[in-house]
Amino acid sequence: MTEIVLETRALSRHFGALMAVDDVSIGFEKGEVHAVIGPNGAGKTTLINLLSGELLPSSGSIHFKGQDITRLPANAISHLGIGRSYQKTNIFPRFTVFENCWLGAQSRLPSSFRFFRPASRYDAVRARTERALELCGLSQRAHATAAAMSYGEQRQLEIGMMLATEPELLLLDEPLAGMGAEEAHKVVELIQRLAKDHTIILIEHDMDAVFAVAQRLTVMVNGRVLESGTVEKVRTSKAVQEAYLGEDEAEGEAA
Amino acid sequence: MPALSRPVIALLLLAIAGAALFPLTAETYYLKLMTKIMVLGLFAMSLDFLVGFAGLVSMGHAAFFGVAGYGLAWFANKAGIGALEVSLPAALAITALVALAIGWLSIRTTGVYFIMITLALAQMLFYFFKDQRYWGGTDGMNVFKKPKLAFGDWVLLDLSNRYVLYYTCLALLVLAFLLLLTLLRSPFGRVVVGIKENEGRMRALGYDVARYKLAAFVIAGTLAGLAGYLEVVRSAFINPSHLSWHESGTVLVMVLLGGMGTLWGPVVGALALVMLEDSISSLWDHWLLLMGGFVIAVVLFLPDGIAGLIRSLGRRAPKSEAADD
Repeated sequence: MTEIVLETRALSRHFGALMAVDDVSIGFEKGEVHAVIGPNGAGKTTLINLLSGELLPSSGSIHFKGQDITRLPANAISHLGIGRSYQKTNIFPRFTVFENCWLGAQSRLPSSFRFFRPASRYDAVRARTERALELCGLSQRAHATAAAMSYGEQRQLEIGMMLATEPELLLLDEPLAGMGAEEAHKVVELIQRLAKDHTIILIEHDMDAVFAVAQRLTVMVNGRVLESGTVEKVRTSKAVQEAYLGEDEAEGEAA
Repeated sequence: MPALSRPVIALLLLAIAGAALFPLTAETYYLKLMTKIMVLGLFAMSLDFLVGFAGLVSMGHAAFFGVAGYGLAWFANKAGIGALEVSLPAALAITALVALAIGWLSIRTTGVYFIMITLALAQMLFYFFKDQRYWGGTDGMNVFKKPKLAFGDWVLLDLSNRYVLYYTCLALLVLAFLLLLTLLRSPFGRVVVGIKENEGRMRALGYDVARYKLAAFVIAGTLAGLAGYLEVVRSAFINPSHLSWHESGTVLVMVLLGGMGTLWGPVVGALALVMLEDSISSLWDHWLLLMGGFVIAVVLFLPDGIAGLIRSLGRRAPKSEAADD
């Protein structure tokens, strides 16, 4: 029944002597929420950057629906239907919320080499933009300047821009980072809604959120996969308990 | 996106009307000076599209200005062709090709590297024309034959007439402005402005950033070519200094002085610079010192240039639009 939609094979990326991602082979199943967890510096964001085409791997390969996408640039990967959000808010600060999402929506035109008709008359793009705003909960804030919004709203926008590109697979890099409890709750709900018709790869430190949405877990430590499988399997894994979950409190204090 | 508030639109319409009526009263000297200002204004406007909207600071923009000028010189002097409908499209096409080549080589670099590579490539063209007898070497060439647009005996445009030239320059300046405004409001323009704001995110959203930057570069270069063509018509002269880095620097100063990211500001910048040169260069041998002081003062005290000053005045006016950018 299950179908692997995205797969890494012996994927590695080093920065000098540092193995940020080391021999990672994971299959991500269609329609599932697969959380990647691990302490800071475990290589989670590097993994996302490899999957989204923003970094080239040192070795290994990435396959999406059977196609080798290892060396495709980020813009080509976006067009395959893989969208990403950033851990560090990455928006167009001087544009309005609407204009931010618009750029996501407009990228689904076959080409933006359209020079004369005003952009505002592209109704399909407008509709996509409004759908994304609605999904991320910012419809009421459409005309606010992005830089002037609260941090939590900017995080919502971060997700909204990605949704405007109508991806089928979402790479969410710590969508809850730095959010208050109430905002975080809203985003968890959003992820649950998106999970119904998207495949999601989620990096998150908030374990409550992870257990609320994820069916599968991968634990990374020092660039390597320590354990990967269903939530139950990982929860009861001795190696994980020793290396990561057991040290949770110590981690929290160190961070 | 260039937000044109109502006071600014009113001001621009007034300026165009004033420019249209100007020849009725002006002496020949000032008519010619104004023609020069409009040509340089068009040149500066084309650079503003690159610097102020696409975020590409080029130090080689004069290359396109000069190449189109040499293009016209070739048609007029070497081929003996005075037909505007031949020399203008051909000069623009050559300029576009040169812009495509230079852009293709430089667009993948950013920041100071982009400045250096555009500068270096433009200087290569400078030496190409300077070192060849065929193109007149350092002395350049006089170009006395003025382009004419005629159908049989019916002469539509004769650019040897200074009034016709004046109004042609005015019309082309306004048309270029409207063209660039239209582009900026199109999907293409949104992408260009988005790239300036956050290039990495544009790539992640699925845009092949380099292609859009290259297109913007070619559009700006071709418009600079239009200005260069008119410059040679106007002055009846071309030499390598038209594509030197001095020229590239001067037009960049016009953009900064006038206010980048507005399209019309750089035209005001050209006006200010030319008028200043005209009024003080005869008064004092060291007038460039004053000019430098003026530019420094504007950059220090008016970070958005003269256009920024005009806009803030417009905003303070009672009926101003609150929704300006």
